Amino acid sequence: MADKNEVDVIDGKQLQDKYLREEMMPHIFCNGCGLGNVLDYVLWAVEKEGLDLDKTVFLSGIGCSSRIPGYINADALHTTHGRALAFATGVKMANPDLNVIVFTGDGDCIGIGGNHFIHALRRNLDITVIAVNNYIYGMTGGQVAPTTPEGHIGTTAPYGNIEPPFDMCEMAKAAGATYVARWPVFRPHQPINSIREGIRNKGLSFIEMMSPCTTAYGRRNRFRKIEDLWAFYEDKTILIEEYDKIDRFGTEEEKEELDDKIKIGVFKRSTRKPLEERYRDLLEEFK
Amino acid sequence: MIEVNEDYCKGCNLCILYCPRDALVESEELNKKGVHPPVEVEDRCNGCRLCELICPDFAIVVVEDDRLPKMKRTKKCSGMIK
Amino acid sequence: MFWDDKMTTDLEKVKEVLGPKKQFVHGDTAVCYGALLAGCDFYGGYPITPASEIAEMIASLMPKVGGVNIQMEDEIASMASIIGASWTGAKVMTATSGPGFSLMQENIGFAYMSETPAVVVNVQRSGPSTGQPTLGAEGDMMQARYGSHGDYQSITLSPNTIQETLEFTIKAFNLAEEYRSPVFLMISADLGHMREMITIPDEVDLVYRKTPKVPPEEYVPFGKGKYGKEKVPEFAPFGTGYRTYVTGLTHNEFGFPATDDQQDHDKLIRRQIEKITDDREKLTDIEERMMDDAEIALVSYGIASRSALGALKIARDQGKKVGYFRLKTIWPFPKKKINELSQKVDKIVVPEMNTGHVYHRVKEYADCEVKLVSKIGGEIISPKEILEEV
Ligand SMILES: Cc1ncc(C[n+]2csc(CCOP(=O)(O)OP(=O)(O)O)c2C)c(N)n1
Repeated sequence: MADKNEVDVIDGKQLQDKYLREEMMPHIFCNGCGLGNVLDYVLWAVEKEGLDLDKTVFLSGIGCSSRIPGYINADALHTTHGRALAFATGVKMANPDLNVIVFTGDGDCIGIGGNHFIHALRRNLDITVIAVNNYIYGMTGGQVAPTTPEGHIGTTAPYGNIEPPFDMCEMAKAAGATYVARWPVFRPHQPINSIREGIRNKGLSFIEMMSPCTTAYGRRNRFRKIEDLWAFYEDKTILIEEYDKIDRFGTEEEKEELDDKIKIGVFKRSTRKPLEERYRDLLEEFK
Repeated sequence: MIEVNEDYCKGCNLCILYCPRDALVESEELNKKGVHPPVEVEDRCNGCRLCELICPDFAIVVVEDDRLPKMKRTKKCSGMIK
Repeated sequence: MFWDDKMTTDLEKVKEVLGPKKQFVHGDTAVCYGALLAGCDFYGGYPITPASEIAEMIASLMPKVGGVNIQMEDEIASMASIIGASWTGAKVMTATSGPGFSLMQENIGFAYMSETPAVVVNVQRSGPSTGQPTLGAEGDMMQARYGSHGDYQSITLSPNTIQETLEFTIKAFNLAEEYRSPVFLMISADLGHMREMITIPDEVDLVYRKTPKVPPEEYVPFGKGKYGKEKVPEFAPFGTGYRTYVTGLTHNEFGFPATDDQQDHDKLIRRQIEKITDDREKLTDIEERMMDDAEIALVSYGIASRSALGALKIARDQGKKVGYFRLKTIWPFPKKKINELSQKVDKIVVPEMNTGHVYHRVKEYADCEVKLVSKIGGEIISPKEILEEV
């Protein structure tokens, strides 16, 4: 993993000049929303990995999170709700030389796009997927998502959500992603390094970014102030290494506390030949 | 030096909350959006850049300058709200 | 070799892979042959009767010509994948039947909004829903026109022989590239599974989408076309440094969302429609037989037109002044030609393998009597049934 301090090589101003479409700024995200951070961290990762922006395509579905590529000065395909990974499959298979980074929301990824998601994981193309999880349908105004925790309020679950939620990282691990990580936006350096690792990884890298939705989620769930929601995320999360330690050596009390914690960290690193390389092998047979 | 792009600031105050050195405070002025963007408190910044990274709105840039000869990274900027 | 160079097609190589010049093949095969001859680089599909043979044949041929074939998880994804591939500069196709065509409509709309060249083949079966999977119909003609939501203009071709299926597949690719638009090739299951002798052409005229020649700073991705049609902007494939933002939202000339402005939307959508309707006459393709002295015209298309041809022969043998007027392009609708026709004849008869998709359009533009001969259920209309209206 890279040195934390490397992030200081160029400053934020240079980063903005190089990567942002100035005419689109300031962005449309609400006050206190973490999507701007996700964009920032991805740009740092892209910079640090030295990706050629002329050869990098950003894709997204529909939702607040899917508006991110609009701010990046690169080729981008803002597709239909849930379908970004299917579009990305076409892009990567048709031109494997392109770096492909996909932004998706929790509803986009595992709600309407669930089927495309598991098949993209199975195929394991060499792409990086940034799934921004705000635990709600943000853009449409706060309806419950397949990720909304039980008991939490959404406009379509005014008495509390009675459905059990999905864990996108568990799904990604099970269905065959070769790199899986989850980070909250309030820790800048870990996600930047993780996204870098994801970009480097040859195969599908899945990085879930926990990003607070202050407008559609926070207000309805007792987090009136921005800092309350951000602090809630901090209280709720626990590093996977710490979690495992408590799980093995902790007291009963400590273990009980683990129950309502969300694990963060890198969950999976593995290698598996990406689909486009398998196809290249097939083409070789006919040369 | 901490440069604040007032036009981009939406007033979330996360920079103020996250700064490990209390180097930012709300300013008196209102910007176009009707919020008080942060201003730097003299001689407090150690150049850790956490505010720059934590700002969701690309409104903060930390630039190294003469006033900050010893721009050191501190261990404290782990990203936790104090 | 596709992965090396997308903007060329090695015709000699394709012909070598396709084999003998004369072959006895069915419509689904002819679609594949046409696609390869047209330089198709990428196929994304999902199996469905009666179009599965296209996916199967493509799977066996594509690697031989260096192209890409991928079986997606459903038709929504098939359509998505070909649009994604098209944005890298590839010539792309998918094939399906009614149920899959329904699923594709969402991203077909995206292809219109983003002006993405793509060929969609629909080997039609009876519907709605699962209907009669193995039996032919032509009940998706209106879906090819209005299937996705919002306003757009479709280009839809309807061949009636296997040779023509091959040729129209090539034509579909050329039109998709020329107009930066999805193009539909509609055949019925009958044509898809029927065998006829075909001749693989020695030479084919191929069209490639126009790419910008100006530097990226001057490129306006959804503005005026500079080197071809004014209403068809140049296309900069991903990875060529032009950094295009492509969205299904209403966008301005630069491709950026402009969702609140009535004028922006009006301008964008009308240009997208007019780029095709301005060329309506050029796109109109009609086969006429014995029309000089005809008093009754059989206006037909697709598989039903073969019965119309039978009916024509019988009627003429009986001394009736009947003519044959076959639409090869269904959309944009040849309204001028239909109106002129109705001035010449007393009656128009429209035989269709549906409950009157094109009949209503003919009625809209014709000034004479118009009669529908409709048949559904998987059996082809017989010439006798058509003659009952003559
Ligand atoms: C086919 C379709 N169904 C529904 C919608 C409406 N819609 C737009 S965004 C959205 C929710 C997006 O939620 P999520 O993916 O979690 O992203 P967020 O906005 O929370 O970032 C929905 C349901 C749509 N655009 N298309």
